[in-house]
Amino acid sequence: MANAAAPVIDSFTVTLIIRRFNPEVDSEPKWVDYDVEMYGTDRVLDALHKIKWEQDGSLTFRRSCAHGVCGSDAMRINGRNRLACKTLIKDLDISQPIYVEPIKGLPVEKDLIVDMNPFYQAYKDINPFLIASDKPTKERLQSPEDRARYDDTTKCILCAACTTSCPVFWTDGQYFGPAAIVNAHRFIFDSRDEGAELRIDILNDKEGVWRCRTTFNCTEACPRGIEVTKAIAEVKQAILRGRA
Amino acid sequence: MPQQETADSNITYHTFDVLIVGAGGAGMRAAIEAGADAKVGVISKLFPTRSHTGAAQGGMAAALANVEEDSWEWHTFDTVKGGDYLVDQDAAEILAKESVQAVIDLENMGLPFNRTPEGKIDQRRFGGHTRDHGKAPVRRSCYAADRTGHMILQTLYQNCVKLGIDFYNEFYVLDLVMNDGKPAGVVAYELATGDIHVFSSKSIVFATGGFGKIYKTTSNAHTLTGDGVAIAFRRGIPLEDMEFYQFHPTGLAGLGILLSEAARGEGGILRNASGERFMERYAPTIKDLAPRDMVARAMANEVREGRGAGPNKDYVLLDLTHLEPAVIDAKLPDITEFARTYLGVEPYTEPVPVFPTAHYAMGGIPTNIKAEVLSDNDTVIPGLYAAGECACVSVHGANRLGTNSLLDINVFGKRAGQYSVEYAKTAKQVPMPANAADDVIAMIEKVRKSKGKEKIAQLRKELQDSMDKNAQVFRTEETLQEAIEKIQELRGRYENIAIQDQGKRFNTDLLEAIELGFLLDLAEVTVVACRERRESRGAHLREDYPDRDDKKFMVHSMVYQQDKVQKKTGTNMKIGWKPVVVTNYQPMERKY
Repeated sequence: MANAAAPVIDSFTVTLIIRRFNPEVDSEPKWVDYDVEMYGTDRVLDALHKIKWEQDGSLTFRRSCAHGVCGSDAMRINGRNRLACKTLIKDLDISQPIYVEPIKGLPVEKDLIVDMNPFYQAYKDINPFLIASDKPTKERLQSPEDRARYDDTTKCILCAACTTSCPVFWTDGQYFGPAAIVNAHRFIFDSRDEGAELRIDILNDKEGVWRCRTTFNCTEACPRGIEVTKAIAEVKQAILRGRA
Repeated sequence: MPQQETADSNITYHTFDVLIVGAGGAGMRAAIEAGADAKVGVISKLFPTRSHTGAAQGGMAAALANVEEDSWEWHTFDTVKGGDYLVDQDAAEILAKESVQAVIDLENMGLPFNRTPEGKIDQRRFGGHTRDHGKAPVRRSCYAADRTGHMILQTLYQNCVKLGIDFYNEFYVLDLVMNDGKPAGVVAYELATGDIHVFSSKSIVFATGGFGKIYKTTSNAHTLTGDGVAIAFRRGIPLEDMEFYQFHPTGLAGLGILLSEAARGEGGILRNASGERFMERYAPTIKDLAPRDMVARAMANEVREGRGAGPNKDYVLLDLTHLEPAVIDAKLPDITEFARTYLGVEPYTEPVPVFPTAHYAMGGIPTNIKAEVLSDNDTVIPGLYAAGECACVSVHGANRLGTNSLLDINVFGKRAGQYSVEYAKTAKQVPMPANAADDVIAMIEKVRKSKGKEKIAQLRKELQDSMDKNAQVFRTEETLQEAIEKIQELRGRYENIAIQDQGKRFNTDLLEAIELGFLLDLAEVTVVACRERRESRGAHLREDYPDRDDKKFMVHSMVYQQDKVQKKTGTNMKIGWKPVVVTNYQPMERKY
């Protein structure tokens, strides 16, 4: 029972316009409108669930943790790459419909689901694991300063929001893309790692870091707040001058 | 059209030495251990780094003694006492002894732990972890900011990539194939295509995680529907200690999103509406760092007695305002951002509204210390293993200590890898029956063709509402009976469901229906075990039996599925009991 002092929070109707495509039945994608009753503090993911659970069970998207740590639900919301579970309705302009479409540059499999394999392959190609020749029997030491050097890029959740916001990636799917470079950065600047040269060779390729045009889309898109463009610039510097 | 396609669809067959179901921390740790010596496959309903290990925040316990005196024996004692003496003490000793190597393994694999000024792995305080048998809190939790689970998951996946482990991602395992009581493999559904795959393997490791989605307010992911646990149960394996479900004290109020206990480890304080530090009344020695069951109960009690905060007096406050913003930024960056994003609260200057959230299953598939699955109190099922939250070994007893789950997945995940690969070296493959996939195909077709009136989301909501109302922190015979009746009603209505997506590609509509079937099974087991344990212990509080009763209930519960309705439980579930392994610690009153 609501306490007399409790503020009454009003719900309101929101229109979502979702780009839908099911290759089993559709010859091309189409935009479909849905009206849902939501609260401002609800997430876009809640709105998608409400549509799926109450109106159209065939609406398809990936999701898991629902609080921005698993990286499943990157999508394009009103033209910007975001996680649906980290985007609150009240932070969007609710006088307008909310446009939702899959992230760009990867093949659409169904509705908001894209084929992530090219993205994962680029990640694997940079050797995303510690390369060290020592065989320690106890913990390696690392100073807090050395640990801080690569802290930012350890936050990556492989959601692909950065890579699929990059205009270079849209036109050239061979480009490694920001996320792969972020993960290379995480090891290149780890004082315990000996694989910097190998990764630098890989990223010095014509599809490597030099394709970056510094548009900062990736930095704006990152739901973890990683300074992606800065990380790419640091990898460029490492190629030119060696790891610093 | 789609109906026909499925009936005709090809079945793809695969063969492995070691097959791991689940790609969270336990599954990938097992894969790394088994990977070098055998043909290893990992099946996961998610891409591996989406697994819920990644949501764990605060740390991983190990008596490294990097920052102050500590010992594995103290850690063992804390684990046993934290579990309200229902812990199997031989397993707890292994957990504590092998913790040090488990942390070193991760560091050596590349995990970026926070460091001390000398460059060693830094450690911090956590609930229930104490110096010298309860004298004071001890710094035992190894951590990487407040994303320790994320770093463990990433590091384990990175090492699986390095080893070239074979993953089957977005494959839903829907059945365990037993041939004459021996495990032959599993049957999986491929999300992308709707195709069926039959995997034969000499050893099978279940590492499928938890099932928090039986509750409404939970820190768990949408995908945590207990598939592996339910599949094992349907194939005759009992489930152990299912009445012990942990409610984490600090979920974001109304949402259930986890705010790590590390917030209190770093000095955060819980306050009621009048600003009182109420934990001083409930646990005078270690206060806010009491174990989770005690803190969650204290919070619920404050609210129940009218001392809750907020307009509806339905939550308490987590106060971090006395901490330096720089400390918050360095050690608790993610959780403070959750408070900003989801509640619009600035933790530098305002206390954060929190309330207990369904978090972790202490119970699950019974195993021994080699991670072998048991078919009763002590009979091993050769070739079948389980580790992590889906398993009950039991190191957590009636209440798990914070940071012991990231430890559990590493210690017993590693053991599952070791023992499963050792077994596969000499074992013969159990023959896969020709009709192995029939049950799964029938189950899928039944759901796909369903044309009833009930909506899956509605049934799931009613289940979760009933579990929150009747089987949360406080429980009585009446509430549990109400929950059982509700679940049975929902089972009836589940026979009359409808789904809308009849297609084959990425049919998550169909899978949500199948997942609800798993949730109904596990909710019922949970509630039956809750009702049969007529005492209060750890996370299980029976208001009608408020005391711990060691004479009758210093035993694990074991719930079995039967063909017929059982007189005692009023369901088709039979309850048995299993002795607790006691080595050094006799039960004592649990005070902090």
